[in-house]
Amino acid sequence: MQTFNRSIHPGWLIIAPLLVLVVTLYLGPIMNILWLSFTDPEPGLGNYAKLGESDALLRIVWTTVRICIVTTLFSVGLGYSIAYAMVHCDQRQKNYMLTLLLVSFWISILVRTFSWLMLLGRKGLVNGTLENIGLIAEPIAFMRNELGVLIGMIHYMIPYAVLPLLVSMQSIDTRIMDASRNLGASGSQSFLRIYLPLTLPGLVASTLLVFILSLGFYVTPAVLGGGKVLMVAEYISVQLLVTLKWGTAAMLAALMLFGVLAMLWLMSKFMKLSTVFGGTTR
Amino acid sequence: MAEPLEIGSLQIRNVSKIFGTFKAVSDVSLNVQKGEFLTLLGPSGSGKTTLLMMLAGFLDVSEGDIALDGASIAGVPAEKRNFGMVFQGYALFPHMNVRDNIGYALSVRNRAVAEIEACVDEMLDLVQLQQFADRKPGQLSGGQQQRVALARALCFAPPVLLLDEPLGALDKKLRVEVQEQLKVIHRRIGTTFIYVTHDQEEALSMSDRIVIMRDGAIEQVGTPKELYERPKNKFTASFLGKSNFIHHNDKVYALRPEKIDLIVGVDHQDARMNGTVSSITYFGSMQRVIVDTKEGQKIEIDIDVWRNANEVKLGDAVDLLWADEAAVELQMG
Ligand SMILES: Nc1ncnc2c1ncn2[C@@H]1O[C@H](COP(=O)(O)OP(=O)(O)O)[C@@H](O)[C@H]1O
Ligand SMILES: [Mg+2]
Repeated sequence: MQTFNRSIHPGWLIIAPLLVLVVTLYLGPIMNILWLSFTDPEPGLGNYAKLGESDALLRIVWTTVRICIVTTLFSVGLGYSIAYAMVHCDQRQKNYMLTLLLVSFWISILVRTFSWLMLLGRKGLVNGTLENIGLIAEPIAFMRNELGVLIGMIHYMIPYAVLPLLVSMQSIDTRIMDASRNLGASGSQSFLRIYLPLTLPGLVASTLLVFILSLGFYVTPAVLGGGKVLMVAEYISVQLLVTLKWGTAAMLAALMLFGVLAMLWLMSKFMKLSTVFGGTTR
Repeated sequence: MAEPLEIGSLQIRNVSKIFGTFKAVSDVSLNVQKGEFLTLLGPSGSGKTTLLMMLAGFLDVSEGDIALDGASIAGVPAEKRNFGMVFQGYALFPHMNVRDNIGYALSVRNRAVAEIEACVDEMLDLVQLQQFADRKPGQLSGGQQQRVALARALCFAPPVLLLDEPLGALDKKLRVEVQEQLKVIHRRIGTTFIYVTHDQEEALSMSDRIVIMRDGAIEQVGTPKELYERPKNKFTASFLGKSNFIHHNDKVYALRPEKIDLIVGVDHQDARMNGTVSSITYFGSMQRVIVDTKEGQKIEIDIDVWRNANEVKLGDAVDLLWADEAAVELQMG
């Protein structure tokens, strides 16, 4: 058993070529960015020191984190109820829901973002209607602010939140919930003591996925925030393309990378990551 | 837990379950005595699980009524029925250890921690799993999981325990062992057991009474001995044990293989049939001989090897004898 465990699993041979490719094409540039963050414009920790010096920079990071947290909370919360509904309705309705979910996956983020602008802008459908029927005198400011960014991002993220939850809910034996009822547990007791713990890995996976993807959002804040809500990704692009401060851009990118890695590390303290990503516990 | 239960008799009155246009259970009526070990026996798809699910309250009855000690429970939801249940596949809570699994029923009833602990310890004792109390279900063998499921279902002292093929996942040797344990436990606690199985040996060896089900309806009810000795029709006779069917004067009789005597050589004066031996299979405790009769029928005969020294050989011409009361007249159909 020991020797078998130590020898290389044949699976590695199959993915070896791909692995080499990914490592060189992926890790290479990342290393380059890390390198830049310490060397451009001059060697040292100057770029990172800016975080302490510049209020603006710190505010951007804070805005990003705040928006990502709110987005994650809402997406995962809504995603949980959608996934629950999908698992517990009959097969035909479930197929409809899955199709709708996938359709929203396939529509480009640009199209979806601009649709929100049409719908919720100052002269959009919602404001127009409300004004026409006399409910409001002034258009409600849905767009060009943080609210707009949140609406767009949550809408975009919900399918990502649903899928890991769906997988984890589907894997629960329905008899387990029956057993809980049979033993006298009320609905909320069954949920809190059985269902929630059993879907926790899915919940964590979904939270991580949504939060990490949200960190890199670019189009949605740019369009729906109307320049008023500056998030890290947009700021990085400005540094790269406009002000040409590659060092600052690299520093921010490295910061996000470390942030994500730190989150994964923290997570791994509480549960085996392999269970979160669908592996087995043993 | 230890004192005998006051309640636990069940009255099932003309119960049916209809899924769409399909009648999974049709017009079942049955009185279950308090403390009885009653087995629902039938082939797969005969409606055993469906009937049990209606008793547990997971399915509504389409027609009829179910009563506990005379009071209807048809409208009582599953979580209020207080029936213990051992599920097919056990349905243990995978994230809880054995102790928490067993204590769950009391814990959701907000009982004091000390009371729960005491009950769990008593249950662990009953199913002999003390040393596994802190393991998760995934770290237990099938037989141990089965015992956890049993302990969990008994911890709140239910008046009725429903068991759906609880030994289905175990290998044969273990099954026999657990059957014994189940019987001992049943005798000790005096709870009414309603036990579902498709295994006739299990039904025969464990039950006070057996209900034979076929296509959602009750075929015959009786003690194991009654059913084995007096099967009503071909279905019961062949489902519970093996049987030969003898046609005589437009009537059909069931004849158990072990109730036939076989004598080598023809023209015995009391012979009821004769023929030639076409197959002999050795099972250790007995030998199964198949005789092709002159009438073109195959008759199976079980011979006690130890007490029948004269060897039967393939191709032997033999006489078959049996007592009048060995052949049981059957209803047609
Ligand atoms: N929810 C359901 N919907 C439709 N048909 C069902 C349902 N549950 C069971 N059945 C049908 O009812 C019949 C009896 O099933 P079941 O009670 O599970 O049989 P058993 O437990 O004796 O094997 C089967 O033919 C099964 O297909
Ligand atoms: Mg069944």
